Amino acid sequence: MKVYLDYAATTPVDDRVFEAMRPYYTDVFGNANSVHSYGQEAAAAVDNARRTIAECINAKRTEIYFTSGGTEADNWAIKGMAVRYKAVTGRNHIITSAIEHPAIIESVKYMSKHGFDVTFLPVDEGGIVRPEVLEKAITDKTVLVSVMAANNEIGTIQPIKELAKIAHAHGAFFHTDAVQAMSSMKMDVRDLDVDLMSFSAHKFYGPKGIGVLFVKSGVKPDKFMIGGHQERTMRGGTTNVPAVVGMAEALRLTVKEMDENNATIKAARDHFLDRIRKEIPNIRINGSLDSRVPGNANVTFEYIEGESLLLSLDLAGIACSSGSACSSGSLEPSHVLMAIGVPVEISHGSIRFSFGKHTTLADVDYVVDELKKAVERLRKMSPLTR
Amino acid sequence: MYNEKVMNEFKSPSNVGEVENANAVGQVGNASCGDIMKITMRIEDGIIQEVKFQTYGCAAAVATSSIATKMIKGKTIDEALELTNQEVIDELGGLPAQKIHCSVLAEGAIKAAIKNYLENYKKENPTA
Repeated sequence: MKVYLDYAATTPVDDRVFEAMRPYYTDVFGNANSVHSYGQEAAAAVDNARRTIAECINAKRTEIYFTSGGTEADNWAIKGMAVRYKAVTGRNHIITSAIEHPAIIESVKYMSKHGFDVTFLPVDEGGIVRPEVLEKAITDKTVLVSVMAANNEIGTIQPIKELAKIAHAHGAFFHTDAVQAMSSMKMDVRDLDVDLMSFSAHKFYGPKGIGVLFVKSGVKPDKFMIGGHQERTMRGGTTNVPAVVGMAEALRLTVKEMDENNATIKAARDHFLDRIRKEIPNIRINGSLDSRVPGNANVTFEYIEGESLLLSLDLAGIACSSGSACSSGSLEPSHVLMAIGVPVEISHGSIRFSFGKHTTLADVDYVVDELKKAVERLRKMSPLTR
Repeated sequence: MYNEKVMNEFKSPSNVGEVENANAVGQVGNASCGDIMKITMRIEDGIIQEVKFQTYGCAAAVATSSIATKMIKGKTIDEALELTNQEVIDELGGLPAQKIHCSVLAEGAIKAAIKNYLENYKKENPTA
């Protein structure tokens, strides 16, 4: 039996999405920037996709910029806004949270080497940025506040609307990395009142290598990917037409089927948590369960090390992740688990299980059965087991 | 990521547990770094008669513990002290670069256990 519980790392492309993309690899292959009919047919598909995506997040078509994915969108938002608005306003302070994805953390650190002051907001023990913490940290030098909508490791949902309000009250812009939120949360950019928002298609059953930076009308980050006239000259590079078409179809289906999928996913995740709480001793569930995306469970298994458990599960056909896929290969404990106060000596035994729309209760039962065996075997081997 | 030999040692490690009446105990590493290796031995007439390990760590740490205990079982303590982490890696058919430190742990645990044995031996035989 094979069970995939790593939907937060990536998702399979939905069959309907794949079918929507297919013609744009072979028949409608034109460069969307070309004036001839081949190009214009491709351009029409890109326009339609842009409209669909804009509708899904309650944005205008002209506020949608296609990128190569979430990382590029995050880089662009941070670097583009920092550079542009320091020049315009003289403000040189960026605020973000301690639990951001490396795409944000590293971009912000990069700006700190180029004349910016940076504040990393701490989170509470549930993994949530408290608005009052932002209120204390923000100054009249703050140019940009960037806080993720949902965390990639522990799935906690951040109070974006309140945080954006605070940023705006102090004359700062607000960006959110919504990469982990899109599959399960209705992200209405007008209601949330964010100035910029990043997301990528492969987290919601769309293709890899394509994403969006939403930029509110009137907000003008510097260009990041410089080149041709694509994306109204804001982002050069030949448009990845099939991927854009696929992302639009994937997002349309995600929004349409969200309530149903969320219910299925939450049922699977909660069944998993119920069983492991009852059947596996000495575990710790990381992050708030009240404010959390439905598909995430992050669990620390005391006395064992995560990679051993990950590989043991892999041998049983089960795919999950230690912390986040981006952290594997690193010996450092997860910065997210450190931020919520998981003791460093047990943090290495943490595993992220992320559930998706294809996960069944039978899958969960198989995983828990195998997990119990693997945990027991590794604990028997461990000198720490008491 | 790991070769078949490493995975086999991880899946079915040899010499797991604690030697009863051990006269040599060595432990290296710490939980904060993500790996701990504890080795217990029964040494008689300078020969490692029994050796077992307990390891908290990644698959490479488990595999190196297993293979290293097999390599020193039945050997003299002098031979065991000569075991290098490179020999452990070679015996496993190689380890990924970021996992080399795990093999150092095995070598360290063996040396710590033998040191512990020699210290105990001196205490019990002050004139030796």
